[in-house]
Amino acid sequence: MSGYFSDLYHGTKSLLVGLGVTFKEMLKPTVTVHYPRETLTITPNYRGHIELVSDEKTGGSLCITCGMCARACPSACISIHSEKPEGSKKKILTGFELDFTRCSLCGICVESCPTDAIAYSQEYNLAGYSREEFHMDLLGRLGKGGGSLT
Amino acid sequence: MKTEAFKDESRHRFLLNMGPQHPATHGVLRLVLEMDGEYVVHLDPVLGYGHRMHEKMAEARPWPSFLPNTARMDYLAALPYNHGYVCLIEKLAGVEVPRRAECIRVATSELNRVASHLLWLGAFLLDLGAFTPILYGFDDREQILDILEDITGSRLTYSYFRVGGVYRDVDDRFVENTRVFIKRMRKRLDIYNKLVTDNIIFIKRTEGIGVISPEMARRYGVTGANLRGSGIAYDIRKTEPYSIYPELDFEIPVGSRGDCFDRYLVRIKEIEQSLRIIEQALDMLPEGEFRGKAPKKIKLPPRAASFAVEAARGELVYFMVGQDSDVPYRLKVRVPSYANLSLIAELCQGMLIADLVSVMGSLDLVIPEIDR
Repeated sequence: MSGYFSDLYHGTKSLLVGLGVTFKEMLKPTVTVHYPRETLTITPNYRGHIELVSDEKTGGSLCITCGMCARACPSACISIHSEKPEGSKKKILTGFELDFTRCSLCGICVESCPTDAIAYSQEYNLAGYSREEFHMDLLGRLGKGGGSLT
Repeated sequence: MKTEAFKDESRHRFLLNMGPQHPATHGVLRLVLEMDGEYVVHLDPVLGYGHRMHEKMAEARPWPSFLPNTARMDYLAALPYNHGYVCLIEKLAGVEVPRRAECIRVATSELNRVASHLLWLGAFLLDLGAFTPILYGFDDREQILDILEDITGSRLTYSYFRVGGVYRDVDDRFVENTRVFIKRMRKRLDIYNKLVTDNIIFIKRTEGIGVISPEMARRYGVTGANLRGSGIAYDIRKTEPYSIYPELDFEIPVGSRGDCFDRYLVRIKEIEQSLRIIEQALDMLPEGEFRGKAPKKIKLPPRAASFAVEAARGELVYFMVGQDSDVPYRLKVRVPSYANLSLIAELCQGMLIADLVSVMGSLDLVIPEIDR
């Protein structure tokens, strides 16, 4: 019987102490953010989808179409198109496509690039109605000012 | 504990499906329960709903391409999984790791362990019907995720470790933020103790429930906090130390009875110990390289090697056989949750279904890790 009363005493006390904690927390400022009315600033190191880096001199891409990134990618999401104009020794990038539906954001492509032509995007608000919206034409984005300036 | 009801075979029994979509199974796990009223007579776990052939994928691609996969097995504590894999490759190829990188690896892994335990704490108490602790747990976990996001660039599936070091160096801001967090977390542990550990309802729901004897734990190969809750001080960080763990001063908390309450206490104490480890790792963080010189192409030699690390849920072992190419011949991943789940059929016989939820929660299962 004494166990019953001690349980009753200690139990009630523990519940009141617990309630005390929640009351104290209630008076503290809120820690949540009312997304989408408020947003947090994300870290500059954020690893979003990849973006082509624009060349400061020419405004074009730094990509030399070596294809290292496409080979390094575990999910084969990068496809690179290039052509060699007559009389030129270098290949020119004509298309850089990213299939973001398969990307796992590991960043191995960025590490493998010999000319640092790929960088991470800061974009995290990505939602779409169809799969095709995530087949990104990165070279096209670069032309429209969507590229990264690092 | 067998009840009178079992002896009478004429009583009406029924089958109950718990899962595959049930909040208390924390993922797509299905438990087929044979019930006698409120009591569980027999349990059959059905696995494989989230099977993604990770081991087969490792055999079909060069080893660097498997690195993102390792984070996706246990998404709540991805860094120890990265750690085991890169250490295995380093062992096979004989790559040296700079000391700064080792310190960063240990500090971030332990941060990840704390984050995982905090989420477990919230989810466990949510299963038992307490809603408040998960909100506090998530608040603290958010601080860790912010710190880790700042250096790794990612919030959950980090892929942060690389063979020969880490992917990006840490800065003073990381050290400062982590120290602030440690200070804050020590204060918060006090809140958790007031709110949960002493709570009479919580004690009644967990004390003496789901007792795993040391003999039973050994028989099933249980590891991690579940084993330590049964009183066996087995932790890879002490028994088979890797990285800089031999130099660190920390304790292995153990329980005495092996019930749900002990497993809870062990994890709470582990958070304290992890904070100590992080502090020490930050103190001894030397200047220097964060990524050593690893050869770009590593051919895996045709021999077998294995590497064990202490993940948040227990012992994680990678076993790899090379074939003189960069594609491994075989990769086997020994995950802790699989062994931790296997004992539940024996453990829950004659148990109330409400207690089964308590036991499931206390085992800290991550289903994608079991299915992998």
